[in-house]
Amino acid sequence: MDFFNDKHVEAAKDLLYKMADDQLIIGHRNSEWTGLGPILEEDIAFSSMAQDKLGQSEHLYNLLHELGEADADTVAFTRNEKQFHCCHLVELPIGEYDFSLIRHFLFDMAEAIRFEMLVDSSYENLARLARKFKGEIKYHTMHANTWVQQLANGNEESKTRMQSALNMAWPLALGIFEPGQHETVLAEANIFAGEAALQEKWTAEITALITKAGLTIPNDATPVYGGRTGTHTPHLQPLLDEMTEVYSIDPSADW
Amino acid sequence: MIKSLDPRIDRAQLTHDAIEPLKKMDQFQTFEVFHQTKRGQQHVHVGIVHAPNADMALLYAKEQYARRGETANIWVVASEHVSATEYFDQDIFETTPEKFHRDPATYKVMDRIKAYKNRVKA
Repeated sequence: MDFFNDKHVEAAKDLLYKMADDQLIIGHRNSEWTGLGPILEEDIAFSSMAQDKLGQSEHLYNLLHELGEADADTVAFTRNEKQFHCCHLVELPIGEYDFSLIRHFLFDMAEAIRFEMLVDSSYENLARLARKFKGEIKYHTMHANTWVQQLANGNEESKTRMQSALNMAWPLALGIFEPGQHETVLAEANIFAGEAALQEKWTAEITALITKAGLTIPNDATPVYGGRTGTHTPHLQPLLDEMTEVYSIDPSADW
Repeated sequence: MIKSLDPRIDRAQLTHDAIEPLKKMDQFQTFEVFHQTKRGQQHVHVGIVHAPNADMALLYAKEQYARRGETANIWVVASEHVSATEYFDQDIFETTPEKFHRDPATYKVMDRIKAYKNRVKA
């Protein structure tokens, strides 16, 4: 990365860490539905998407490795919660299916737009990944949106459940866009236009979809910040303990 | 409380009486799935999915039947829209396997094809 100076490398690492950690943690959370999904077809679809997220996070950890961080397995499986940069939205337990679906809907739309913005990044290796993931992520957003439209227009119970899940998840979703320390550096170097620009695009798109579904966005929500700087909910460390159980017993285990 | 080796089951705090068995046939309708490998090729029937509507059937068809290899396109058709012959009438096909004259493998034309190819080459 010879076009990067140290400042750019630090900024790029920060961006990669939050993206990769979000994907790893939501991927792990969503994989907790495997075998327990509402119907067989949905179980398989949701598990496949969870697997996609883990795969994408591995690619991002590999970029971090190129920038001098430890290898993907070490980074994914040996850090404690304070060293994670994920937002609180992805840490929460799976709850009932309404919450998991709404989280998938809000998160994946933001992720799709983020990668869309990165397609033209000056950080060519990241831009290449953004192009590679485009189709996978498009399916994730199709899946999320189809479900949300379906359940919001189902019966009274499904509509009420979608609305209350949305009320709960919305302030957490705003935490995806917690401003980082390096926003100006990233924007000036044309690496990434920044969290504020992302949030603006996301708000426009998600508002249209939520309105179409006949749901209401909660008023005056306070964004839940802290995840990007290592402050987490009590749910993250137990998740990490469970996720790294095999690795901690035998780091060379392979299957 | 149901105890399990699977921590996810313990977290769900299930009791036996909370498990309601599905009523018979209490499930979504089925859709027939047709898979096309390359654009221009014919769509081939590959199986069914359960779904509440066609949009969701397409989502599921992708994950059940286009998980591996190449895919250009998928169709779904509600199973109830398929018209079929009756097995009772299977006898309408009974003598078909005897109609060897319809089986192109019995045509002796290779010598004529070869002769044609040689003519074209010359």
